[in-house]
Amino acid sequence: MNDIIEALDASVRSVCGKYGADDEALRRTDGWNPSLWSALESIGVTTLSVPEEYGGSGGDVVTAVAVLEVLGEYAAAVPFAETALLAGRLLAGCGVQVPPGPLAAIVAGPELQVQPTVGGVQMSGVARRVPWARAAEHLVVLAEDQVILLRRAEGLVAQGTNIAGEPRDDVAFDCTVPAERVYWLRGEPQRVLREQRLRTTLARAALIAGAARRALELTVAYAGEREQFGRPIKKFQAVQQHLAAMAGEVLLTKIAVEAAAVAVDTDSGAEVAVAAAKTVAGQAAGLVASLAHQIHGALGYTEEHPLRHSTTRLWAWRDEAGNEAACSAVLDQHVLAAGKGGLWPLISGAAYVPVPTKESR
Amino acid sequence: MDLWNLRPVTLPAELETLRRDIRAFLGAELAAGRFTPRCDQWLGGWDASFSRRLGERGWIGMAFPEQYGGRQAGALARFVVTEELLAAGAPVAAHWIADRQTGPGLLRFGTEEQKHTYLPGIARGERFFAVGLSEPDTGSDLASVRTRATRVVDGWRLSGTKVWTSGAHHAQTLVVLARTAAPAADRHAGLGQFIIDLPHPAVQIRPIRLLTGEHHFNEVVLDEVFVPDARVLGEPGDGWHQVTHELAMERSGPERILSTFPLLAVATESLAAAGRLGERCALGSVVARLWALRQMSLAVAGRLEAGGVPAVEAAAVKDLGTRFENTVIDCVRMLTQVEPDPGATDELPRMLAEAVLHSPGFTLRGGTNEILRGVIARQLGVR
Repeated sequence: MNDIIEALDASVRSVCGKYGADDEALRRTDGWNPSLWSALESIGVTTLSVPEEYGGSGGDVVTAVAVLEVLGEYAAAVPFAETALLAGRLLAGCGVQVPPGPLAAIVAGPELQVQPTVGGVQMSGVARRVPWARAAEHLVVLAEDQVILLRRAEGLVAQGTNIAGEPRDDVAFDCTVPAERVYWLRGEPQRVLREQRLRTTLARAALIAGAARRALELTVAYAGEREQFGRPIKKFQAVQQHLAAMAGEVLLTKIAVEAAAVAVDTDSGAEVAVAAAKTVAGQAAGLVASLAHQIHGALGYTEEHPLRHSTTRLWAWRDEAGNEAACSAVLDQHVLAAGKGGLWPLISGAAYVPVPTKESR
Repeated sequence: MDLWNLRPVTLPAELETLRRDIRAFLGAELAAGRFTPRCDQWLGGWDASFSRRLGERGWIGMAFPEQYGGRQAGALARFVVTEELLAAGAPVAAHWIADRQTGPGLLRFGTEEQKHTYLPGIARGERFFAVGLSEPDTGSDLASVRTRATRVVDGWRLSGTKVWTSGAHHAQTLVVLARTAAPAADRHAGLGQFIIDLPHPAVQIRPIRLLTGEHHFNEVVLDEVFVPDARVLGEPGDGWHQVTHELAMERSGPERILSTFPLLAVATESLAAAGRLGERCALGSVVARLWALRQMSLAVAGRLEAGGVPAVEAAAVKDLGTRFENTVIDCVRMLTQVEPDPGATDELPRMLAEAVLHSPGFTLRGGTNEILRGVIARQLGVR
């Protein structure tokens, strides 16, 4: 681990420990954690990966992913990925200063119309299941070749959640946004959209890596405390084998996610890397959650036990931003496009040198 | 926990140049019809001339210092060479043991004379090794070996039986793990490693055939074999530490992931040719896992290159990787609907047959997956 990431890991961990989730507090604040957010803001974490000249604190995707892993471990109810990796980078990509406070990111779909009008754009329609919309001070919408910055109050937020209780709100729009908050993309729109999708998917995979690690740690601890047949259940080989299987999946997911972050930063095979990382994360999420509950027995199945914070998130996040089938289909397309002899270069990420085969001899 | 400090590795540009060189070499070998791609070639593909051609190019014993015929390359360079050879289904069995474990073991624990005697030949792709670890009553429980080394004047006398000794019928040298002292409370004490040049009049080598009838494994009977002091490897009594160090290194390589890759590549091409790729996502999920496992294996190689001893991470790679090798078989079966046929002239049914028939070994060799999970469980603090 490099020194910067190591220091960041430690400080995010300490802040999460201090301001971590308390169910009662979360209920009072609409399902998000403003005090944790302020604490993260005060240590300069919330705009990581956004260049400094646009109001961010710099850093790359690798650094942001390291933070996401810790936030995933602590089931942190804050829109970090949305603010830094998604909305923040979109604005910076237009050469615009990122406003302070939490942000939500929206990609305009067929249900959301954006039309030019006198002095700006007219927005009408709805964006569905927007993560953390209710907590955001601003909403950042990517609509083809434009990025639009809205105050949250310009949309009408209908609260919804994922199965972990995290905000996934529908936002309805019927407003005119003045031209000074409508920006043109500097990059090619298809490319910007593609990169936005990659970061969205990678962020969920990184959170899964963290939550899976926490589920494993809770399970290891519990297996040491719980006694049956006169000894701790960790003494049973069947339980040990389950725990080892969980650890393998957790480690694989962590490495996949971090390697995919490198691929995004260096723009080398990023689409394959992110699709692979999210597929593996989704597979791990299912296995780790089910074994964690199996070992915790009925206790882990209750509201009073903290295991649910990790497992409900694993189940929610594996289906967000593309589940295993969706990401595998992306890989299928790449395999198809790679053509004869192209599978190995696709995996090894190296430039393809055709190898003569029997037919071409 | 140290496990969570494993980080991905980005290969430096010069290793991508090395990769291109190896690909070009493999392309030329294939074009000249000098080998046929097969699955599991690090067990089955014994081809001394292929090994010699690799040795000529400096791709065996790469980590050895120059005075022993190597190029002092790191674990990552070896990783690139190895994965390219395996992905192409090239016949690498002859030099495999020497390159992967005996060579590094000699380099670490051997005397100067032993290094000069053996390492240059290994690097040239001319000297092949077999290792005698398992015994009829000793599989995963390696500390239970009963082959006995008795102290005599100027050396040791070895008696006992080794099994599953791959390639002993071809190799010029055998390294044997034997008990130098009676079992004590510390089961790991009192073991030693001994070097025996083959053929040897007091060493009998008999085939143990695989269920296909192939001859790779052997039973090796040692009947009062005299080993001079100069052929003791490392310290008598320290054999356990020496062998487990080697095993930890051999668990994480790409051969724990790629044994069935040639099958996957051929199946992919067959599906693409039939216009049937992309109709289901089963292939994509296998590709995803392969990509991730390779990153994990590479990360362990990076840790090795930095001088670490990532034994637990290596065990995790082997547990996940070898189960993956079997997943590939099932994926190909379901997607292609081809009947495996060892005698087929078509590549796909032939490779499917080879892969299925070799599959029991994947999760046994080098420590069963149950043992590996035990290693991981110990790191988790539950054993």
